[in-house]
Amino acid sequence: MTMTKRQLILADGTTFIGKAFGGSANVSGEIIFNTSMTGYQEIISDPSYYDLITLFTYPSIGSYGVNRDDFESLSAKVSGVIVKEICSEPSNFRSEETIDQLLLKHNIPGIAGIDTRMLTRILREKGAVKGMISNLDVDREEIIIKLTNEKEKDVVQNVSTTRPYIVPGRGKRIVVIDMGMKHQILHELTERDCHVTVVPYDYSEEDILQFKPDGIIISNGPGNPKAVTTTIHTVKSLVLKTSILGIGLGHQIIALACGANTKRLPVGSFGNNFPVKDLQRNQTWITTQSCRYTVDESTLKDTDLTISYRSINDHTIQGLAHKIYPVISVQFQPEGAPGSNETNFIFDTFLKELANNQMNNGGLLHA
Amino acid sequence: MPKNTEIEKILVIGSGPIVIGQAAEFDYSGTQACQSLKEEGYTVILANSNPATIMTDHTIADKVYMEPLTVEFLSKIIRKERPCAILPTLGGQTGLNLAVALNESGILAECQVQLLGTSLEAIKKAEDREKFRTLMEQLNEPVPPSDIVTSVEAAVNFAEKIGYPLIVRPAFTLGGTGGGMCDNREQLEHIVQNGLKLSPVSQCLIEKSIAGYKEIEYEVIRDKKDQAIVVCNMENMDPVGIHTGDSIVFAPSVTLTDRENQLLRKVSLKLIRALEIEGGCNVQLALDPYSFQYYIIEVNPRVSRSSALASKATGYPIAKIAAKIAVGLTLDEIINPITGTTFACFEPALDYVVTKIPRFPFDKFVSGDRKLGTQMKATGEIMAIGRNIEESLLKGIRSLEIGNGDLYLQNLESISEKEIKNRLEHADDERIFVIAHALRRGMTIDEIYHITKIDPLFLRKINHIIELEKEVALQSFHLETLEKVKQFGFSDIQIARLWETTEEKIYEYRYENNIFPVYKKVDTCAGSVESTAPYFYSTYEQENESIRTDQKKVIVLGSGPIRIGQGIEFDYATVHSVQAIKEMGYEAIIINNNPETVSTDFSVSDKLYFEPLTLEEVMHIVRVEDPIGVIVQFGGQTAINLAEGLRKRGVTILGTSLEAIDRAEDRNKFEQLLEDLNLTRPKGKAITDKKIVHETAEAIGYPVLVRPSYVIGGSQMEIVHDEEELSTYLQKIPAIKSNKPLLIDQYITGIEVDIDAISDGKTTFIPGIMEHIERAGVHSGDSIAVYPPQRLSESVKQKCLEATDKIVKELEVIGLVNIQFIIHEDDVYVIEVNPRASRTIPFLSKVTGITMANLATKCILGESLQNKGFTTEIYPEPENVYVKLPVFSFEKLRSVDTTLGPEMKSTGEAIGYDSTLEKALYKGLTASGITIPFEGSVLITVADKDKAEAYKIAKRFYELGFQLYATEGTAKYLSDKNLPVMAVGKIGTDKKNVLSIIQNGEVQFVVNTLTSGKQPRSDGFRIRREAVEHGIISLTNLDTSEAILHVIDSATFRARLITEKGVLEA
Ligand SMILES: Nc1ncnc2c1ncn2[C@@H]1O[C@H](COP(=O)(O)OP(=O)(O)O)[C@@H](O)[C@H]1O
Ligand SMILES: Nc1ncnc2c1ncn2[C@@H]1O[C@H](COP(=O)(O)OP(=O)(O)O)[C@@H](O)[C@H]1O
Ligand SMILES: [Mg+2]
Ligand SMILES: [Mg+2]
Repeated sequence: MTMTKRQLILADGTTFIGKAFGGSANVSGEIIFNTSMTGYQEIISDPSYYDLITLFTYPSIGSYGVNRDDFESLSAKVSGVIVKEICSEPSNFRSEETIDQLLLKHNIPGIAGIDTRMLTRILREKGAVKGMISNLDVDREEIIIKLTNEKEKDVVQNVSTTRPYIVPGRGKRIVVIDMGMKHQILHELTERDCHVTVVPYDYSEEDILQFKPDGIIISNGPGNPKAVTTTIHTVKSLVLKTSILGIGLGHQIIALACGANTKRLPVGSFGNNFPVKDLQRNQTWITTQSCRYTVDESTLKDTDLTISYRSINDHTIQGLAHKIYPVISVQFQPEGAPGSNETNFIFDTFLKELANNQMNNGGLLHA
Repeated sequence: MPKNTEIEKILVIGSGPIVIGQAAEFDYSGTQACQSLKEEGYTVILANSNPATIMTDHTIADKVYMEPLTVEFLSKIIRKERPCAILPTLGGQTGLNLAVALNESGILAECQVQLLGTSLEAIKKAEDREKFRTLMEQLNEPVPPSDIVTSVEAAVNFAEKIGYPLIVRPAFTLGGTGGGMCDNREQLEHIVQNGLKLSPVSQCLIEKSIAGYKEIEYEVIRDKKDQAIVVCNMENMDPVGIHTGDSIVFAPSVTLTDRENQLLRKVSLKLIRALEIEGGCNVQLALDPYSFQYYIIEVNPRVSRSSALASKATGYPIAKIAAKIAVGLTLDEIINPITGTTFACFEPALDYVVTKIPRFPFDKFVSGDRKLGTQMKATGEIMAIGRNIEESLLKGIRSLEIGNGDLYLQNLESISEKEIKNRLEHADDERIFVIAHALRRGMTIDEIYHITKIDPLFLRKINHIIELEKEVALQSFHLETLEKVKQFGFSDIQIARLWETTEEKIYEYRYENNIFPVYKKVDTCAGSVESTAPYFYSTYEQENESIRTDQKKVIVLGSGPIRIGQGIEFDYATVHSVQAIKEMGYEAIIINNNPETVSTDFSVSDKLYFEPLTLEEVMHIVRVEDPIGVIVQFGGQTAINLAEGLRKRGVTILGTSLEAIDRAEDRNKFEQLLEDLNLTRPKGKAITDKKIVHETAEAIGYPVLVRPSYVIGGSQMEIVHDEEELSTYLQKIPAIKSNKPLLIDQYITGIEVDIDAISDGKTTFIPGIMEHIERAGVHSGDSIAVYPPQRLSESVKQKCLEATDKIVKELEVIGLVNIQFIIHEDDVYVIEVNPRASRTIPFLSKVTGITMANLATKCILGESLQNKGFTTEIYPEPENVYVKLPVFSFEKLRSVDTTLGPEMKSTGEAIGYDSTLEKALYKGLTASGITIPFEGSVLITVADKDKAEAYKIAKRFYELGFQLYATEGTAKYLSDKNLPVMAVGKIGTDKKNVLSIIQNGEVQFVVNTLTSGKQPRSDGFRIRREAVEHGIISLTNLDTSEAILHVIDSATFRARLITEKGVLEA
């Protein structure tokens, strides 16, 4: 592992000097912290983290290495990694490479050896904080100017599939609108024998409906939901026509499509220990979350949406259901990975409701 | 969901005396539970026979019964108090077993008492190995192939089917008592035979060995709404095969991917749901290092040692939450006490690494079997927190107080390669040091991995420490290197060793260069939410989170891991001191490293620093806090030992001065002190030259008492009767040096007396005198102590008071002092002065009603005893009699001799009280786990010097209707005096012999005294061990025997002969 130094500079000028690992690119962007103690491989490859500099609060990252099975997309997606300590000699029977090697391969820079708990405190207190990981020769003032002027980019287009593909199955036909989908969503669907068609985020309503889906899933993904206007537009009409499940970004898009608004969270929720209450069953579950935005509750009153799940700690909306149409959505990740998939019954609930559609679409109930 | 309003009075069952496998963690959980229930408005009745606990303080529960934890006594309590419910899940295995027994006795139904937390069905399903297996089958969860047997033959048959190695586990025993691994038929037969006896249901589980798998634990909580969470998972460094209680453990897991973690998490939650536990539960799992194959090892349907650890490791107070759940509250409505803003329904996130290391008693039991296996041997444990594994581990190692705290044992330098390999293969208590040593010698990680099956990741971390050591050694006083290794937890002592300089020099060097640690919070949420809990650990990083307040503050040093000689009593005193400091309006800061205890509950003090108790670490905290001073009186020898170093670095020691401590502890100064005060002590000398040992002993006159100086709990102290024994002794102890002298004392027979006094510098107040049943020569911690004294005259008591007052005045004691006397024919000999809180503080506080540690702390902080209405006197004695009994863990410690002597061996204590000594003793003995047989047989086999006395005892046994057995010599002596006695053959003779009658349960008592010297494995030793292993009462002291006879006598009727004229035979 290289032992060169590297810096992390925040928009307010706060500077951390640490050890470099991974790729050598200089990157800037919003910094978020994730509190999971296992699951760094899934997190790094989760498209919801696209363009985010990710700080792991757990101090030692990499102890079980990186394996070929636990990726959530084809490549590493975070833009930078901040850790207290990187483990260069992992131990696990499936481990094939180190995290350093993985990040090097994708030219994603990492910085280690800084007081990550202090940085977490700053992020917690200040909310959205931008920063830049760079080599020491980049000028500090320049970085600060760059960070202050930086605009939010359109990100979904960079993580969504560019053309549709099929994961065949004999059961229900599901179209997944890929906003930056985690592989685990596909796992959950294939485990339930679904016939899945994954389509790009900007696929039109007609194109989607030509697949005769029994139901549509709008996946998780990165960025501000309001930026993906095409998808919002498409979903607006889809809501009237078929059953929909939204997850993460997909949940926010449904809210926007149904007339509600979204807003930034004071501090992003990234981790796998968030308690969320199922309001109907009055039961709390531990969920995985990765979000910086939330549906603004005050904007729900003029819509046909009701709240189905709520966070017990910050009371944010964690799930919605449409009063008229078979449309449901959750802010958290029912598929886990990392974290528990104890809420994956949501897939079952959703799929069960599709039985009628399946018949109407000419599908067989029993293959 | 609201709490249950149908119940109002709850009986909480404690775990009783401390034994290996069931220690202070249940004081912590019990205390939390009682407080938690009171918070909710319930009336709490507590039953616990362990007086050394905080939970038995009258402030913790509404009513406290320190009665024996048996069905008999609990039934009385239930009938009297009529509680609506029982909470048995916080009193360890004892609590659960009692709940089952109470139910079976019918009392619960009779008094309509409901069980909270875990249903009987669940207890049985989890604890009964067969039911557990059936449940696992139903749930489709894997357990290693196994069979339940009730006979040795069945065990052998099963073994033939599945092959060796096998694990034997007796059902319903504590900490794996009686279990073990066997590689062949002979071992199997032996262990099973034993196990069947020890199991209350005569059942053993024979199981395929899965040694070498990763051992992983999950601490889970569930509520009645079926909401369930994992508080923490933990990975054992030592793989399956070594009891988790004896393993080094890291939290959270280190080598598990999220997938493995989720797999095991899911199983754990499935189990707690299947058992429908409302509260906490511990799930132990084994995971194949090379696949996803896992097995369930066991489920403990209650809070446990691991849950105490998990609570301290995460900040999530499991017992407190479990108690609330037991009365119907649910996780989503209970506030997380550490953040104060979020709910208990979440899974803590850690941003540090926690290490737990067990503390073993083998510094005391030098000849004990030190090998680690499936049966737990540790008496206590420490926990350390750091920002990487190396730091956490090294902090943990110095918290153990082994040697000088370095990951280095000098005595390993001389052992051979072969022996190292052997010790790696058969792990013992020094395993971590052996691994470090093997790595230093150049053994590869691979080699060590293949022998130990310890995951290479952990070995690499240890190796990293060794590599860093090499790097350090290359560059003396190199700042960058120093800064770097400090981040990996190196201590000044360790660096000093490598730079061949002193700890002091390193400290100065750091001081000059401003290299100090910062403090981070333990907050359950990895910094994601602001936390208010004042719970800190140190690390070398940038931002310090421990902010000094303006308030005046006092630091109290805790007593570290529980070990023989320094038990939970010191934690009790520490907690009381903290309370007093708060009452006086100061900020109370505590430093300690024991995860099992009440003192390390962050809600006890104003600030908790979870740190090693070393000079270096304490100084760092002093630097951050700038207290008015440090109190060292309550943390046992651990804290006292730090006083000198602290003073040298300019820290104020509050209370009794360092000089006074030294005058009491330094042998020569102590002698001088007594001489000056005109007080008598046994003749004695401190010897620094081996040559004159024999002549000195001769001059003093045999028998003499010998021991190395400066030791806790009488380590390596022996009574030596002649020259030959003295020579044997000298071979066993470390070399005599000028700074480590050998002490030789005249041995005095007499009544031993323990006095604890409190002084403010003017008044000397003695809450009570305790008299020992056993004559001097049995360590005060191992003898039965009686309060108030039964055999002391008024004048002797006055002499004790006067002597105490003199000593207190001369030493200018401020706070507590403990003095031990021997009373010999009305003469009062002073044998020891401990200028600190002693083991008897909690007991005496409870029986006299004077909260001694609290009062002493107030004196230390300047309050006057006189103003509080105390004078120089012995507090008036009560009518009733209170006894404190030692409790041993000999079942767990194979090869440890059970003979009582000047070296302490007990792990815990129990109390008994009633209107007469006999009744009190009966209760105390019962509470200490002894079921007194009122009929049957007794085997007597004593040393020649004891025969005359033993005759009296034998005679009484005979008169009470017991059949006498004796070994030849003793039998002859007794029959010569006309006692009918059956002689039994020596060990090895084929007919009925001394061992066979024990093994076959033909005797109920064994009275055996030590023959001569301490040759391990003598016949006497085997007899004593055999008795212990078969659960037969073994009395090694004639005074104890007599006391028991009194009890039997008072509770039985003997057949009496009418002689002429209607006179009864004597
Ligand atoms: N089948 C087995 N093979 C090898 N070791 C085992 C096996 N089962 C248990 N052990 C070891 O024995 C220890 C004690 O077993 P456990 O069932 O947890 O009993 P206890 O009630 O004493 O905690 C475990 O911590 C584990 O290391
Ligand atoms: N001179 C003596 N004569 C007889 N017994 C003694 C004498 N000195 C000590 N003992 C016995 O040894 C035990 C331990 O000795 P002590 O000095 O109290 O050591 P510790 O520091 O372990 O408490 C005492 O409790 C007492 O029973
Ligand atoms: Mg166990
Ligand atoms: Mg003593």
